[in-house]
Amino acid sequence: MRTPLSSILLVLFASFIGSFGAVFLKAGAGRLHRELATLLLNWRLAAGIAMYLASFVFYYLGVREGELSILYPMVSLGYIWTLLWSRLFFAEPISRRKVAGLALIIGGIIVLNLGNR
Amino acid sequence: MTSSPSPEAPRDSYRFSHRQSIGLVFLCTLFGVAAQYLIKTSANSLQVITLESLLSNWALWLGLAMYGISTGLLILALRDGELSLLYPVISLTYVWVTILSVLVFNESVNVFKIAGITIICLGVTLLGKGDSRS
Repeated sequence: MRTPLSSILLVLFASFIGSFGAVFLKAGAGRLHRELATLLLNWRLAAGIAMYLASFVFYYLGVREGELSILYPMVSLGYIWTLLWSRLFFAEPISRRKVAGLALIIGGIIVLNLGNR
Repeated sequence: MTSSPSPEAPRDSYRFSHRQSIGLVFLCTLFGVAAQYLIKTSANSLQVITLESLLSNWALWLGLAMYGISTGLLILALRDGELSLLYPVISLTYVWVTILSVLVFNESVNVFKIAGITIICLGVTLLGKGDSRS
């Protein structure tokens, strides 16, 4: 079974939107308090969930055709986008620990993928 | 006149420690795997998308519900933790999927799979050891 380019692009796009979903979830979660209104009137959380759903739809369309063993590791690119957005929007430092952890994780996913062929 | 604290005054919310936030993401990935399995199953049986086939696809809806729980746990974790540390922990999903496929679906084990999940766990452990303020 071959993996069409359209599937690859759909999954890439899904990882991109998903990483922005995480940014909005984080922004919304920071405004959560004991009052129910902070959950129900939280547009940031709603936007984050909407982006997660959109990401899910693109992922779902992407994996209908093609090999999961190729498409699945591509989702891990979302971790790199998220590292950049965390620095940009939340001023979280990009520490050696984070880069090393992320490199191990992405390396592990690629190695794991070799075993699925 | 001294004011007594009013019952409506916002109290300080409970704060999760870094370890607890990591634990929440850990749980989030378990629900996420259940969701992915159900959704992949439903994707295989769904060749033509029609409204009826979507509505009657219980595996799809159960999978989405699991994603909902998974997302709720992630939101709780993100409230007090760093996004850049917590988000990659979601990669534990790959570890669960591999273990599930070997134990439940009798897929073969090979050196790449064992090395891959070991390296991923090392990476998650590194992120789990502490936030950048510690």
